Amino acid sequence: MSAPVATQTLIEVRDLNVHFAINASFKARVTGRGGATVKAVDGVSFDLHEGEVLGLVGESGSGKTTLGRALLGLVRPTSGSVKLRGEELVGLPERDLRPKRRHLQMVFQDPHASLNPGMTLQTALAHPLQIHKLTSGDAETQAKVRETLELVGLFPTQRFSDSFPSDLSGGQKQRAAIARAIITGPDLVVADEPVSMLDMSVRAKILDLMIDLKERIGLTYVYVTHDLASAKFFCDRVAIMYLGRIVEIGTVDEIFNEPKHPYTQALIRAIPEPDPDKALPRDLPRGEIPDAARPPLGCSFHPRCPKAFNICGWEARDLQTMLESRWMDLGEDRYGEERPLVGDFSKLKSTEHDAFLPAGSGKDPGELLALLEKIRAEEPDEPMWTGVKEMHAEAHGVRVTFEPGIDPPLYETGGAKAACLLYKPD
Amino acid sequence: MADPVLSLRDLRIWYGAERGAVRAVDGVSLDLMPGETVGLVGESGCGKSTLGRGVLGLLPEGAGHAGEVSFKGRNLLDIKQRELRSMRGPELGMIFQEPMTRLNPLMRISDHFEEVLQIHEPKIGKKEARNRSMEALRGMGIPPTRYKQYPHEFSGGMRQRIMIALALVLRPAVVVADEPTTALDVLVEAQILRILADLRRNFDTALLLITHNLGIVAEACDRVAVMYAGRVVEQGPAYDVTTKPSHPYSRELLRSTISLSTTELHSIPGAPPDLVSPPPACRFHPRCPNAMAVCAQQWPPTEATSPGRRSECWLHATDRIPVGLEQPLQREALAASEEA
Amino acid sequence: MTATTSVTGAPDTPPTTGPPKRRGGILSKIAAPYKQSHGVQRFMLVTGTAVSLIIVLLAIFAPLIAPFSFDTYQADGARFPTQGEPSDVNPWGTTVQGFDVMSRTIYGARTALEVLILAVVFSLAIGVPLGLISGYVGGWLDRIMVLIMDALFAFPYLLLAIVAAFLLTNTIDSGIVVTAIAITVVYVPQYFRVVRASTLSAREATYIEAARAMGAKPSTIIRKYLFGNVVQSVPVIATLNAADAILTLAGLGFLGLGIQPSEAAEWGYDLQRAIADAGAGIWWTALYPGLGIVLAVTALTLVGEGLNDVLNPTLRRRRIKRPVISSSAVGPASAPTTEREAG
Ligand SMILES: Nc1ncnc2c1ncn2[C@@H]1O[C@H](COP(=O)(O)OP(=O)(O)OP(=O)(O)O)[C@@H](O)[C@H]1O
Ligand SMILES: Nc1ncnc2c1ncn2[C@@H]1O[C@H](COP(=O)(O)OP(=O)(O)OP(=O)(O)O)[C@@H](O)[C@H]1O
Ligand code: SF4
Ligand code: SF4
Ligand SMILES: [Mg+2]
Ligand SMILES: [Mg+2]
Repeated sequence: MSAPVATQTLIEVRDLNVHFAINASFKARVTGRGGATVKAVDGVSFDLHEGEVLGLVGESGSGKTTLGRALLGLVRPTSGSVKLRGEELVGLPERDLRPKRRHLQMVFQDPHASLNPGMTLQTALAHPLQIHKLTSGDAETQAKVRETLELVGLFPTQRFSDSFPSDLSGGQKQRAAIARAIITGPDLVVADEPVSMLDMSVRAKILDLMIDLKERIGLTYVYVTHDLASAKFFCDRVAIMYLGRIVEIGTVDEIFNEPKHPYTQALIRAIPEPDPDKALPRDLPRGEIPDAARPPLGCSFHPRCPKAFNICGWEARDLQTMLESRWMDLGEDRYGEERPLVGDFSKLKSTEHDAFLPAGSGKDPGELLALLEKIRAEEPDEPMWTGVKEMHAEAHGVRVTFEPGIDPPLYETGGAKAACLLYKPD
Repeated sequence: MADPVLSLRDLRIWYGAERGAVRAVDGVSLDLMPGETVGLVGESGCGKSTLGRGVLGLLPEGAGHAGEVSFKGRNLLDIKQRELRSMRGPELGMIFQEPMTRLNPLMRISDHFEEVLQIHEPKIGKKEARNRSMEALRGMGIPPTRYKQYPHEFSGGMRQRIMIALALVLRPAVVVADEPTTALDVLVEAQILRILADLRRNFDTALLLITHNLGIVAEACDRVAVMYAGRVVEQGPAYDVTTKPSHPYSRELLRSTISLSTTELHSIPGAPPDLVSPPPACRFHPRCPNAMAVCAQQWPPTEATSPGRRSECWLHATDRIPVGLEQPLQREALAASEEA
Repeated sequence: MTATTSVTGAPDTPPTTGPPKRRGGILSKIAAPYKQSHGVQRFMLVTGTAVSLIIVLLAIFAPLIAPFSFDTYQADGARFPTQGEPSDVNPWGTTVQGFDVMSRTIYGARTALEVLILAVVFSLAIGVPLGLISGYVGGWLDRIMVLIMDALFAFPYLLLAIVAAFLLTNTIDSGIVVTAIAITVVYVPQYFRVVRASTLSAREATYIEAARAMGAKPSTIIRKYLFGNVVQSVPVIATLNAADAILTLAGLGFLGLGIQPSEAAEWGYDLQRAIADAGAGIWWTALYPGLGIVLAVTALTLVGEGLNDVLNPTLRRRRIKRPVISSSAVGPASAPTTEREAG
């Protein structure tokens, strides 16, 4: 869509962190130390201008929903700052936050679960008005509810105001949820995958409605999705998230026409295209999205990045991944030959940038070193080798020293900003 | 040309409900060739899952069926439950949508595979079972070093691929995959689709891929069947149907799909009908932009619009429309009659 | 009301138009389980309800129905015989103390009903809010509450009631209210557990978070969003607990705790007094109060189990007939397409 008009900043997010403790032991919970944490949102900063639609796009578990909820104070940020028109929201007690909720609203992913099954739409929509005391008297409340129902296309309002969620189709429920979100006249609506659970044939209608509302009552949206195609259509700017970080942020044109980050490039290539004539060639990033509790060193995309190079943060785990994927491709015979040379992966030790790979029991570390050298010769294109500074045999195994990695911040690229070392200024 | 491995003839599956029979599948005829991937698309509630399960005889108690599902010369609908159960696995496989619930959390991946192999091929040796399993896993991109791990140690996408490997290790002739990638991300989805595409090259497995994403159909299927309100309204080669849909429903569905090249939103008015009392004659007529008077009164004929393609629509049999019924359907008039 | 299926109205209106579905009032809600049930369930429900209703009517109209009061030992100046056989004056005979058995049995229903109503009201009033708050607030409060409730729950329930009744009778007073409180102590943990469990799952529902996002206070969320969705499991346990409470009440009476014989007629107490009679061939003193207990417990259990079967979806059996597919009612079969046929 059109480029954003330079207007006032509505929301200013600086270095926002939301960490969750997981598997915390009793002691860890009491002392508040130890135990693993998931950095669901990890140092995110951006500005949101009035009247703008910002897309948050990323794979499952990348922290999109958590970021959206943190903007509204539905989840407590660990640190950082969220300012609504210059007013700090982080750290406000729940009581002071509640009146602010009028200006910040949310539409949830699952329309079937987001409405109270025991309330008619009339009651459900009237409640926010009552909470914030926006109307005086029942007649005014009722009129406002009717007006809002009409605004979201649920008419005849007479019929819908008395119906229960179970009487409605998925699309209608989502309209009702949108009505509830806009009835207090909010400035910002965070829409968390508002169409992903709806049928293709309904999605367009709901997106249409959201566009229409934006123009009619001047909304600003944060649109959370993992569907790049709808983001391209609906958003002004898009932020691509990976493991709690924004790895690329820019206007829709920049992101879709000239994606800078290798991850964004991969995502765009992976979208299935209904028109086979337009289908793009596929080269998918290998591997899986890593465990959020133990993110990779350096650039967290490096284990999957086809363009990764020496300073991207290579480490011991990459050695294991490399061997495993090699064995997967080679077949049973070579696997049977090579596997015994390598010891138990759980004994793979690593410090910052140096790994100790144990040799198989009764095997000479020299043989293991020879295997690694052979692999390096056979697969010179494997990006990991760019980061291997040195390998030498020690007692019981091989020590591999890696180039120290750099954790990239968002760099200027001339288009979108991207957190990739390819754009690191010298 | 080879014979189909599986062919449906006038298959009907109706659920019993308090309000009357739900005609979830209502007169479907479809063939599956060996090694072919057929996509089954349509809006929610059109009977796709019912059809997929019906093919494998996995239907709830209160479902009635009629018609024919012939597989290797036998009608699966006549076979006893017990025998059907023993065919599931070695002959007929199913991949479900939610991978977490289908793997036993207390069993290693290796145990899952060895158990399945031992049940259906009792004579298989331990070594052979291991090799077969690892081979299947390897094909799905699961490294052999992880063979001994537990389900919770894998990501959602990996678990789904393990499920696929598990369904394929017995090399069934027919596999039904019910929205195997809906719960997954674009990247994992793309990986799985690529794997499924490799599959049809390497094995002779026929795959019925249920989805509501037309992008997936265009990329991963040989043929596609478009389902609306319990009927297959159009079927044909995936390329042809996704580039030049001949049924108004396929066309509208395709137009309402949001893709990277979307510049204008489009949607189909209305919603799929209640299958207890679907609209008379063409079931799409209340929503069809091309509807004619005849569409509300007489069943549209099924026409071959080009080689290998069928479309159930009056637009392809204009010469047979009774005189006076060619004019556009007056929708208000129809609604009044519907209320009566 | 527009009845068109074109794009007027909400664009995704399902084509099924018609008058909006109305939720009926309380009456139709009560009637729903009876309408939805079939066969055995329905039989259980209807019988249980009928017997319970009869007992309730007896209890309410006891002064009109019973020939005498529960503590009457004489009529027209003549003392009743003790352990007298059924006769014209005392149709079900008299007890060892010379009371009329029929009157005491009918008044026993009144006592049982009074205690039941009080006990159920008390346990609901305590158990449901505690369960809601504990489940919604969570944290330390929840852990402490669960600990206390589990400790109470782990106690043998009759023993608990005895201890409570004993303590209360010695410190406060005896009588119906005290007995009801003793029984309440037993059943609060059950309501607490059930309500807390459903609160815990409802708390995670998106509509609760939506209410929070709306700016609602925790107390409002509990009242307007949780309560209605959580109490649905309560009627079933309330009826089942009521059946159980009759037994507890009888047990207490049997042990001579709780209600004193001069205050009200109580089946358990009467049974205890009749024990000695049984050996002497005097059957009427034990039979009628015993029958009262059995009937009341059975009736309430039938209602409870019947409700459970109907309301609990996991137990609900689909009694829907397999549809008959007649080809006259259906459209033509679509023709298959294979390359073979087409080519
Ligand atoms: N309440 C919580 N407690 C602990 N961890 C959490 C909690 N909520 C989210 N997480 C973790 O934070 C990470 C980000 O989750 P989030 O739901 O924000 O992802 P998402 O991008 O919205 O994913 P999806 O596309 O699946 O909705 C995940 O690893 C998740 O497991
Ligand atoms: N066990 C059942 N009993 C009664 N009706 C059922 C049952 N299962 C499904 N239906 C009904 O049958 C119709 C078809 O359902 P089905 O699940 O096959 O649709 P679908 O095309 O797979 O939809 P989706 O895309 O949502 O998975 C629906 O109207 C549904 O409500
Ligand atoms: S910094 Fe850039 S090149 Fe390096 S791994 Fe990350 S995305 Fe790839
Ligand atoms: S038969 Fe008529 S109503 Fe049905 S799809 Fe064809 S044109 Fe539309
Ligand atoms: Mg999310
Ligand atoms: Mg389905």
